[in-house]
Amino acid sequence: MTPALVFDGLLALLAVAAAMAAIGGRDLFGSVAFFIVYGLLIAIAWVRLDAIDVALAEAAIGAGLTGILLISALARVERTASSGESGEGGRLAKIAAALLCAGVAGALAWAALALDPQGAGLTPLISEALPQAGVGNPVTAVLLNFRAYDTLLESIVLLFALVAVWSLADDGNWGGLPGLRQHARSDGVLATFGRLLPPFGLVVAVYLVWAGSENPGGAFQGGTVLAAIWLLVAMAGITELPRVSSLPLRAALVFGPAFFLAVGAIGALAGTFLGLAPAAAKAIILAVEAGLTLSIAATLALLVAGSPQRTQG
Amino acid sequence: MSGALGHSATLFALTGAALVGIGLYGFVARTHLLRRVLAFNVIGSGVFLFFGATGFRRPDLGADPAPQALIITGIIVALSLTALALALITRYAALSGRSSLEDEAPDDEAPDAGDERGGG
Amino acid sequence: MTPIDLYTLAMIAAGAFFFFAGTLGLLRFPDLHSRLHALTKADNLGLGLIVLGLLPRMGDVATMLKMLLVWVLVVGAAATVAQLIARIALPGHLRSRPKDDGR
Repeated sequence: MTPALVFDGLLALLAVAAAMAAIGGRDLFGSVAFFIVYGLLIAIAWVRLDAIDVALAEAAIGAGLTGILLISALARVERTASSGESGEGGRLAKIAAALLCAGVAGALAWAALALDPQGAGLTPLISEALPQAGVGNPVTAVLLNFRAYDTLLESIVLLFALVAVWSLADDGNWGGLPGLRQHARSDGVLATFGRLLPPFGLVVAVYLVWAGSENPGGAFQGGTVLAAIWLLVAMAGITELPRVSSLPLRAALVFGPAFFLAVGAIGALAGTFLGLAPAAAKAIILAVEAGLTLSIAATLALLVAGSPQRTQG
Repeated sequence: MSGALGHSATLFALTGAALVGIGLYGFVARTHLLRRVLAFNVIGSGVFLFFGATGFRRPDLGADPAPQALIITGIIVALSLTALALALITRYAALSGRSSLEDEAPDDEAPDAGDERGGG
Repeated sequence: MTPIDLYTLAMIAAGAFFFFAGTLGLLRFPDLHSRLHALTKADNLGLGLIVLGLLPRMGDVATMLKMLLVWVLVVGAAATVAQLIARIALPGHLRSRPKDDGR
């Protein structure tokens, strides 16, 4: 038993306990709080697995943004719906469900233990191709060069989700302002914080994207920071989020994926769709990442704000 | 950081398996729609942890970048799904006044619901 | 064990003590405002001590500045959030949550 293994064991136990508290709790608000704690513990587990890029994404998106989404949905649902967790099955049904789920977990655990312990996965292939990728961070290389398809489609999925959320608005509010009106005092502590933080946040976001080519970081992590800053400024009442019909907003939302697609198309003319010439790869990846960061930030912020709720500010 | 991580990767893979089980139970056995979305996210991060940990079997090679990139993609897609599901639930709750999909035959009124659950 | 190791150990132990004390306050103090007090004071100090303890091991100035920035951001965010929670919890602002299940 090394100290590292003891630490990891405690971490795993805490994460499992937090997940059980989030699933089994009776008070939904408490469950959401436990879920956020759970997400942060999982982020630490990713650090322990040497996957810093994933840790950043999990902390910012898995714990942070998902937590905000759950809290704001909870507030809205509580206002309008009866909240009994009704119709839950009897004791027998719960025991049967628990046994089945334990079976699934057991099968997964068996699969993990049955894997070849010397399996190297794709690491050797990626290390071999990395010099041609244009970036030194292998995760960024996979995301924006080797498997750029995934990232392109994912950025479009994100956009579609936003369109779907918007389409749930009442007819009368279509094209209006997203989310509820914010009530913040203009001289309050939130307004002060909302004026203080953006300069730091912008630097951190740009740094995360720039450093992402050689070190952990990248468009998704940087975009999340930008989105958080924008939401903070909007919550503090310093600015208002734009109308969903606003043309500059829509241009910002579409720009990243469209630019990515255009780069892919140019690659297709040169031979391979989304193929990058090694000499130009770094510049192209950074440009695509800059565009994606802008679009991801706008999309995430508006996803959190929700569907248009009102037409007047 | 290396050395002991070979074992820890197995530990985290098993943790991921356990989290999938816990999340699945919440998804099946709990009825409040928001809790189901929460449980779905626990399943998701359990799968990610399982996937990422099994990509770290050889401490000499380090963490496999391919699963990491796919997991980051997965986290974003899970967020997209969560946002859409929550928007649908919010709308459903506003229109129907309910927060679960079960037949709530005995307990449309909240006070009765407490008694119903007391026994089970 | 070098003097720097001793310094780091002492600082991190002191930081961990403040985290422990703050968590104890969160669990044991009777009302929201005193819990917030325990949490923010102790945690900001605890994190600060841990950052200070780790600084001499960082190697280059850029990393040190990043760690200090993390501390400053955490202190700023914690102070702001504590103010907001405290104000909402003032008498008259409090929307009491139903105590029972599932709500």
